[in-house]
Amino acid sequence: MGISVSNISKSFKKVEALKDISFKVNEGELFGLIGPDGAGKTTIFRILTTLLIADEGSATVANFDVINNYNDIRNHVGYMPGKFSLYQDLTIEENLTFFATIFGTTIEENYELIKDIYVQIEPFKNRRAGKLSGGMKQKLALCCALIHKPKVLFLDEPTTGVDPVSRKEFWDMLKRLQKKGITMLVSTPYMDEAALCDRIALIQGGKILQIDTPQEIVKHYPKTIYNVSANNMYLLIESLNAYQHNYSVYPFGEFVHYTDKREDFKPEELLKYLESKNLKDIQISKTIATIEDTFMELAK
Amino acid sequence: MENNSIINVKNLTKEFGDFTAVNAISFNVKKGEIFGFLGANGAGKTTAMKMLIGISNPTSGDAKVAGFDVYKNPNDIKKNIGYMSQKFALYDDLTVKENITFFGGIYGLSRAEIKTKTNVLIEELNLQDAANKLVGDLPLGWKQKISFSVALLHNPKIVFLDEPTGGVDPITRRQFWEMIYKTAHNGTTIFVTTHYMDEAEYCDRISIMVNGKIEALDTPKNLKTQFKSDNMNDVFLKLARG
Repeated sequence: MGISVSNISKSFKKVEALKDISFKVNEGELFGLIGPDGAGKTTIFRILTTLLIADEGSATVANFDVINNYNDIRNHVGYMPGKFSLYQDLTIEENLTFFATIFGTTIEENYELIKDIYVQIEPFKNRRAGKLSGGMKQKLALCCALIHKPKVLFLDEPTTGVDPVSRKEFWDMLKRLQKKGITMLVSTPYMDEAALCDRIALIQGGKILQIDTPQEIVKHYPKTIYNVSANNMYLLIESLNAYQHNYSVYPFGEFVHYTDKREDFKPEELLKYLESKNLKDIQISKTIATIEDTFMELAK
Repeated sequence: MENNSIINVKNLTKEFGDFTAVNAISFNVKKGEIFGFLGANGAGKTTAMKMLIGISNPTSGDAKVAGFDVYKNPNDIKKNIGYMSQKFALYDDLTVKENITFFGGIYGLSRAEIKTKTNVLIEELNLQDAANKLVGDLPLGWKQKISFSVALLHNPKIVFLDEPTGGVDPITRRQFWEMIYKTAHNGTTIFVTTHYMDEAEYCDRISIMVNGKIEALDTPKNLKTQFKSDNMNDVFLKLARG
């Protein structure tokens, strides 16, 4: 088992950060924790990396207990925190050497594992970490988290605030690492990245809403979703929100995702209603649910 | 210059030593438009935005914002625009009311105006229970909504939003965009940067910056046609990867 979490709860004063959380990550699996700020993602990471002790429940990482075998865990996991936490005044090479030394290894010994990523920043190896661009910092942090060849890799929001190009490159790197047998727990607020994980847990307000493969999660969406578009987005949203039969109205790119309360919903009726609101170029067509639709339905 | 445009930018350039961060960009933004300003990290978006809001002098080129020249009248620009950033928004150790009073004061509103505005804002955002709480104790989504409203306190002609929705849940993100639509509908121009490509589709027009230059500018629909893509994410990847 890669990671096993059983009935974990954790409170900070009055705030219940985690409420009875349980999930399992198989060995070699890429598992995603998907949820917004404040969902409890970082608290889970801190408990699993033995930086924080849960109030209740138990957990193992690489089959080591987070309480009794915390030292073993520290030797066998890599952790890339959400906040850049390397030494800003050390160079790329110095940072990497430092982390290798701490774990009693050398860059050469595990070079194979980081090679793909390291070659991209190697031309700048004498530059201080503080002077690197966001994308380069991210790559260096990943190299440092990998240098001791961890069994389990924890990545806390590695792509937050990163542009779509760098995000895609980062996920390509994670996929390659997965092929080398590393178990990964990754968190993200970007719902589109959920599709890139083997399995995901949707999490909000310290509770897990659902755990499954991304494909199964969208399959279980309970309603038929319609894409609605018209000449004026603002009036369209306003009109749909005012429509008495609406169940949910969410802007989705160029469309609005609309669901109806009635079982026998007829799009023609909605069309007539929208026309009565002076909207033009109205289009209504069935569409399939995304992870984001499911998340919003569960969080409702 | 077009009569209905509120931002006019011509060959705007910013150099830092031998590095050209913004390279002769030109575009116009119409009154009441939602204009998306996209680009990869390091493409020059923030540098360009700083020139437009009057806090950084261009190396060359021209720009007029809300009718004022960025070289001659940067202070008039500041009075006529609102600005909201993910990084700097509100003071965590002031209450919601205190923040509104503070920013109202900065924008030169009278005490009576501040009082009225405070009541309207708290009513609109349904913040009656939170009005006297410290902003630092509020959820991120609330902070963002308050901070957007605060940026609109002085009825600016344009509001600049720098990655306003990072990290919030999908429902709050949509509520935020509904606020943006409403504001634009009432005639305020919206200039917004985001890394969420579905949000790019909410804009009337978008520009995409690559290495200091604007490489594409059109409606989301036309850009998707032009780059033969189903969604803006594809358009972005095709452009930014060259």
